[in-house]
Formats: sequence, structure tokens, C-alpha cells
Amino acid sequence: MKRDLICIVCPMGCRCSIEEDTSAPKGYKVTGITCKRGEDYAIKEVTEPTRMLTSTVRIEGARLPRLPVRTSGAIPKERIGECMALINQLQVRHPVAMGQVLLKNLFDTNVNLIASRSL
Amino acid sequence: MFDITIIGGGVIGCLIGRELSRYRVKTLLIEKDSDIANGTTKANSAIVHAGFDAKPGTLKGKFNVEGNALYDRVCGELSVPFKRNGSMVLAFSESELPELYNLEKRGRQNGVPGLELISGDEARRREPHLAKEVVEALYAPTGGIVSPWDLAIAAAENAIDNGMEMSLDTEVTGIERIPDGYRLITTGTAIESRIVINCAGLHSDRIHNMVATPAFKIIPRRGEYFVFDRSEGNHVSHTIFQCPTPNGKGVLISPSVHGNLLVGPNAEAVQDAEHTETTAAGLASVREAASKSSPDVAYSAVITSFAGLRATPDTGDFIIGEVKEAPGFIDVAGIESPGLTAAPAIAIHVTELVRERLGNPAANPEFTPTRRPMVHFSHLPAEAKSAWIQKDPRFGRIVCRCESITEGEIVDAIHRNAGARTVDGVKRRLRPGMGRCQGGFCGPRVVEILARELNIPMTEVRKDRPASVLLTGVTKSASEAVIA
Amino acid sequence: MNTYEIIVVGGGPAGLAAAIEAHKSGAKNILILERDRELGGILQQCIHNGFGLHIFKEELTGPEYAERFIREMDALGIEYRLDTMVLEVRNDRTVDIISSKHGFETLQAKAIVLAMGCRERTRGAINIPGTRPAGVYSAGAAQRFVNMEGLMVGKRVVVLGSGDIGLIMARRMTLEGAKVLAVAEILPYSGGLTRNIVQCLYDYDIPLYLSHTITSIEGRDRVEGVTIAQVDTKRQPIPGTEIHYDCDTLLLSVGLIPENELSKTAGIQLDPVTGGPVVNECMETSVPGIFACGNVVQVHDLVDWVTEESRKAGRNAARLVLGQITEGEPDLRTRANHGVRYVVPHTIRIENIEKEIDLMMRVTDPFKNKYLVVKHGEDVVKKVRKAHLTPGEMESMKIPVEKLRGLTGELTVCLEEVAHEA
Repeated sequence: MKRDLICIVCPMGCRCSIEEDTSAPKGYKVTGITCKRGEDYAIKEVTEPTRMLTSTVRIEGARLPRLPVRTSGAIPKERIGECMALINQLQVRHPVAMGQVLLKNLFDTNVNLIASRSL
Repeated sequence: MFDITIIGGGVIGCLIGRELSRYRVKTLLIEKDSDIANGTTKANSAIVHAGFDAKPGTLKGKFNVEGNALYDRVCGELSVPFKRNGSMVLAFSESELPELYNLEKRGRQNGVPGLELISGDEARRREPHLAKEVVEALYAPTGGIVSPWDLAIAAAENAIDNGMEMSLDTEVTGIERIPDGYRLITTGTAIESRIVINCAGLHSDRIHNMVATPAFKIIPRRGEYFVFDRSEGNHVSHTIFQCPTPNGKGVLISPSVHGNLLVGPNAEAVQDAEHTETTAAGLASVREAASKSSPDVAYSAVITSFAGLRATPDTGDFIIGEVKEAPGFIDVAGIESPGLTAAPAIAIHVTELVRERLGNPAANPEFTPTRRPMVHFSHLPAEAKSAWIQKDPRFGRIVCRCESITEGEIVDAIHRNAGARTVDGVKRRLRPGMGRCQGGFCGPRVVEILARELNIPMTEVRKDRPASVLLTGVTKSASEAVIA
Repeated sequence: MNTYEIIVVGGGPAGLAAAIEAHKSGAKNILILERDRELGGILQQCIHNGFGLHIFKEELTGPEYAERFIREMDALGIEYRLDTMVLEVRNDRTVDIISSKHGFETLQAKAIVLAMGCRERTRGAINIPGTRPAGVYSAGAAQRFVNMEGLMVGKRVVVLGSGDIGLIMARRMTLEGAKVLAVAEILPYSGGLTRNIVQCLYDYDIPLYLSHTITSIEGRDRVEGVTIAQVDTKRQPIPGTEIHYDCDTLLLSVGLIPENELSKTAGIQLDPVTGGPVVNECMETSVPGIFACGNVVQVHDLVDWVTEESRKAGRNAARLVLGQITEGEPDLRTRANHGVRYVVPHTIRIENIEKEIDLMMRVTDPFKNKYLVVKHGEDVVKKVRKAHLTPGEMESMKIPVEKLRGLTGELTVCLEEVAHEA
């Protein structure tokens, strides 16, 4: 199946197409891209796209009602919805330090949910 | 049972309420919206007219000149910004001169003081930004500018200080006659009153028709305006009119008492009293018309635009007086321009009518004509600033950066009589959100302060009327909390 | 009167970096003045990632980026005051401030660093005809409500403007359960980063309409709908292209403007193009001893560049205090030409350049395959080939001081054609 993508590696923003091609060295044929990094990006986008997720969680006893959080690394893109559901039901108590782990090993990815500020 | 119920919290209703509070009468002012000064009063040209427009012998002519003369005292007593900046009417060609001279003649008949016809060059000498086409101008030194909503709010506050009662969010849905007066059916509780004063502005025909056969119709006429940053506030120092047309006084350019520049309005009859939206075509026509007076207004400095509705009666003149078939029911309707100017005089006149009806009630011995002074923190000298902050630390916290408004002033505006209960209400009284950033920075803080002072959740703070919800909920609310 | 070596106005990323660098450069008596309840400025509400790739070589969120600087500032023992508003800055380097704690005060400094940042443009909003209902928010105000107060500003959202804050908020609102219906951009290209267009819009199937604007807002009390339409090359709506959305919220992300009200009180000369002060090689304004850095000078697209520019301002403020700056007339003035919208700094005194000067600039329109050229008269001082240029991405050119020695007059920065290659 052919997919159209916009490369985000550099400001060029190449519009490219990618489709499976068993004869190609990496198993995919990428057209419209102008560099190697872009090709790698495109292949990753179709094989195992990942995103870092940032959000907030409820916090009790702090100066603000919400604590900003993020995943310590990128998580599979298709897990974002589930991850938001976990984040939405989380509530933490003041004080929290920046970098403090709030949820461990999300979806067995070795990625944690961490506080992104002290509050 | 109230002696008097005033329907409508515009500048007319509020000034009548204040005038009545000089006497020992039980007065109630009701307003359908969540704040006073929320209709025509908040969206008009803010001009105190000299009085050369109205035909001699009309109520408009009479009350315009009388009202104008009362402004210094009323605004002085209520500490409302008012300035006699003088006005000019421009003629752009020989063909407009007869109309200009006609205005001058009418002005003299109406008793307008100090009118002067000046040459185009003289006009440009006094106002360097006027168009080169101006051939002659009529100068009226008594023309002025005022903050209409400040006047209405101050009058209501002072009236409440002196014993008037007020009920917001109270819309009249029907009126019944009772033996010694009227029963008003409202969206709140029913109200009984010996005398009813109909100051319902755009809705005054509907209110009139609840007790009497239709005698007039109000046609809302929309006017659209541009408001400019203070950087343009000195573009003109006088209020600049063009020769009037059958549609009104035309587009004016005027400084405002708050230091901004105001350009507008056009005039367009609209379907109903809800049509306060601006239109691309309307604003373009305002801009085009104004360029005739002054071609070099910097439209890049516009900070907002708005539309207001004039309550134009089909009778051509103000409708003021007791309705024959409804004793004790007084219409004060069709108060279009120069209604703001006429308001203080109308208030005195209506109060006289009421006193007569009520058999000359005694004077209110506790009446004071002034209200507790407002603190304009940014205008205070350094030592006074420190003193205020020491007394109340909230004056040391500036919430609105553009207009330098402190938290102390916002809290005061909420807790005064006739105080603000909405974001627009705070804005109208203090101007946060009216500066360059239009509320970008201070909006969230104002919501927070309103919630705290009114003891309601932030999600219940409104912009204006009950349906103008600002925040639709809290994040994370759909899920049960799990403590980590 | 309390006196300081350096007073920094603003405790956001610019002010923090300037103060820290000034301290490291030998100034010890430094005060940061912050009007908000905490340091960090707008970074505290920018909870998304993407900060720090250049400065820390890792991807941080806004609050993390801020906290790293706040910790460093604390470790150096730099004094700061919160909830403190600067009312006036004067050209004799005195400032009037007020706060709940200390009332009204006047402070004296040997050098001042202006780091007030920028505010959101609302001009896009005012030309939209229609009503003035609740539910019209600047993207930044909405961001503060959602991210810091935990309050939702709406459920069905249309965004006007494709600036980065608008794109980021489109994703944030979606993740918090709102439906973002469309983003309309009046220009034929987006001012936001490609990465944000992909990861904030396309990841969530939010359409981006280029060359579109809002033609009306409906709803008397709360927004009930908006209409967007395509615009022609003069940015006028094309009849018949209207699309109507039922929505309760309109977010505006139509640009940022340097916040220079205080600069005006000090009589500082402003550049009408950037909206910020005219500055020299030291980031010093037209008023001697008053420096400026960060978004108050020019709106940056990355906080990392704010940090770099502010370090430069902080270091030079310290050098001034320590008597290490040579005062005098500039040797060179910079000028933007052909395809370049502006250049910062505006003037250069060559003697004060330590190693190299960093010229920062933006182009007027998107371009492909051009030379970005710095010229002195007809002589090329530096020339760099650029495959891709867009107004949304700031460009910079580092010029070693040796290349400038002896030059006077004007340095122009412009775009030139790349000769066609066979």
C-alpha cells in the first residue's frame, strides 16, 4: 500500500510517497525525498511510528491544579489514546520533583511517565 | 409594593433612578441582562451634543440643550469622565453650505451657546488632520465627550447608595393591572408597583404594548464603529461631524474620554434588537465615509470594532410621558440621539412627573449626590501608591498590563453597589481587556478574581449574559481519580 | 535608592539566561524583576516537547527548560522578585516598580537588560465581522487555561492562524477530548514548523486550509459557528468558497508582537519591522546601558535562540559594568535588502566583537535554492546557499571579526539567484 507523507526531519518538508518493495534494500521504496535521513524517517513512520506524549495530571495540595507530565521517551503512536486514558485518571500529591516517575514502564516499552516540572 | 419600578438599566433608567433617590420613595430598577448599561448605552458615539441638530420645538431640541448644560454637574458629582472638547460640523462643498447655515440657525433657536462658523483653513488650523476639501465648518464649544456606561453605572451605584433597589437578570414578560398599580410578571419573582417607568430602550414598544394599545414602534438602527489604540487618540481633539443626512448625523471622528479614537457609525435598520454583529460591508462604509473628513486615520491601529443599536421611534421624536389609558405607566421611549445628552434633563423631567403622581413625597434626608471615590491607581503619585498598597496589598498587583489596572481596583469594582458580576462588567468599569492585548493576558486573571470574589467556580464565570459561558469544563473530569 | 549593577526586566527564558550569563561574566549585584507569580515566563504553559535541542542536545518541555535555568540561577544566588511590575524605565537607568510586598520603589542600575518577551497579536480578530461572543480566545490564553488551570475553553474548535501555538493547541485540545474541526491560514504557507503541522494536525486528521480566513463569527452569547472562505492574492475572501462550521470556540494564533511599552518609556528607538528595539553588536539599545534580548527584540521561533541572544546581552551588560566595552559611534549599519525582511543587530562597533558576530534575519517570503549573501558595497563578505527559506524560520550568519576589520558604512543582507547548473 502506498502512503503519502511529509518529512519533518528538516525545514524542507519534502512531500514523499512510500510503498513496500521487497527488492529495495530496506524493503521500502521512497520517492520524493532528497536525503538519507528523510528516507529513514519515512520508513519508521510506516513501520513503527512513535511520538512523545505530553499532558497534565491532577495534583493535590499544590499552587496549581495541574502538573505537566511527559513520557520519558517516544511511545508507539497507536498507544497515545490508551496512554491519555491512564494520564487522565492519575492524581498526584504535592510535592513533586521534575523528572519524578509517575507511571513506570508504560505498555512494556521501558518508557515512563514523568513530571515535567517541580510543583 | 414598590412606589416606582423602572424597567431598563440603561443610562436613562439609571439617571431616573438616581434622580428619584433624592426623595423618600421606594424604587426598584430591573434589568433583563446581567449588568446595567448593557444595551445601547454601552455601544454608541459617547457624544454630548451641543444641540444644533434637533428641530426647535421638539422634545429632542428641548432636552438636548438642557441636558448638555447639566453634564458638568452630574459628571462632577458622580466622578465620571467628561470633557467639553468642542465639536465641528464640516461642509465639503458649496452645495453643503445651506445645510451648515441651517444648523447654525437651528442651534441659535435651540439656545446653543458660542456657535461659530469658521473657514476651511481655520478648521484645518485647529484640526490639522482634516481633509483639504473642507470649505467651512460650524464650531460648537459646548460639544463634549463622556463615557456613557460609566455615567449609567455611577448613577445606579449612587442611587443604590441612596436607597434604590436593583434586580438584574430580570426580564418583564407581562404586566397586569392591580387596584393601586401594576404587577410585573418577570423571569424572576413578580413585582408590584404603583408607578412603572418604561425605559426599556429597544424593547420599549413591546413593554408599552403590555399595558396599552400600540402607539409607536421602535426600529433598531445599527451603527458600527472602530476603536483605535491610544497612539491615535490625538488624531483629532474635537468631535468631527459631517453635515447630517436624513439617516442621521453621519460618520464622526472623535477622541474618547479614555484617550482612544472612535470612528463611526453608519446607520442601518435591522430586524431585531439582537442584531449587534458587525459586518464587513458596514465597517468598510464607515471607513470610506470617515476618510472624507480625515483621509489619514491609521487603520492599522484599530484595536476593536463594535456595533450598537439605536432605539429609533417611528414618531420622529422622544416619547416621554404618562400613557393616557394606563395611569401611572410612564413611557420614556424612542431615546435615540441626542438621548445620551438629554438623559440628565429627561431624568429631572420624569422625576417631576412621578412626584406629582405620588403627591410630592418628602426629600430623602440621607441623599448624597456623590459616590465613594474610585481609585485610579495608575494616576496616583508615587507616595499615594505606596500608601494604598500598604493598606491593601492587592493594589500592588497589576492584572491588566495594557491599562495598568490593579487587582485592588477589580475587587472594588466587583464589590461596589451595582458592581460587576461578569468579565464584560469588569471590563466596562475598569477597562482591562480594552487595551492592545484585548484581554489576552488579563482575561484568565479576571476570571479567577471574579470566581473568588463572587464565590463561584471558575467555570461559572460568564462573559456577559447567562449563556455567555467562558469555560466549558475542567480537564480530566471524565475519569475517576487514581492516586499515584 | 537601592542600586544594582544589572537589573533584568522579565524572568522568562531571556531574562534568566541574561542574568546567569551576566553573573558568569563578572557582574555580581544582579536583580531580576518578574511580574508573574513564578519565573519561567510563557514556558510554564508550553508543556509540549521540542525545547532545548540546541542548548541541551535533548528534547525538553517548556517547564523543564525553564526549571534548568531557574536552578542554575538559584545556585548562583541571583536575586529576583516575583509579583513585581515595572511601571517605567528611564534613560538614566532608573526603574519604577510596584509590588504588594514592597509598594512603590525606584531602583538604580548601571545596566538594564530588557527581556519582556512578546504578546499575541489580536489584529486578526478585529477585522472579523460578526458578534463578540464568549468563546473567542487567543491560543496563548487558551493554553494557560487548559495547561495550568486545568480548565477547558471549549468543545468544538476552529483555529485561525497556523502559528506554532495554534497548532500545538489544536493537538492539546484534541487530546483533552475536544473536536478540532479545522485550521485556517490566510497566507498560502504556514508560519508553523512542518513538524507541528504533521504531528499536531495530520496525526489527528485536522484539516489545514491555506489561503483561507474567517469571514464571520456567529452567536450572540457563546460562539455558535464560524464561516471560513478562501482568499485571493489580495487576501480578500472569494465568494462561493465559504465553509461553515458549527463550533463553540475560535482560537486565534495570528502572530506575536514584541512587548515594548516599557522601552517606549525610556525613549528607546524601535525598528518598525521587528517591533523591537534597534540594537548594536552587544544587544545594547539606542539608550546607552540599556540592553534588550529575546522576543522583546524580535520574535524567535525557538527558545534556544532566545537563550543564545540573551546570553550575549547578559555578557555584554556585565562587560559594560566592568568597563570592558568601547563606547562610540558604530562602524557599520546593517540593512535588509532583496528578499530579506530585517536584520538584527542594526549597528556594529567592530572593536566590541569578541570573535564573531551573529547576524539574525528573516526572509520576506518562502524561497527555494537561493544564496543568502552579506555584502559590503559590492564585496561579498559571506555567502551561504540555502535550499529552503521561509519567513517562519529565522536564519543566522556568523561572520568572523577578521572579515569586518576596517570596514565602515553599510552591510547589506539579501538573497541572490543561484546560477542555473547544467
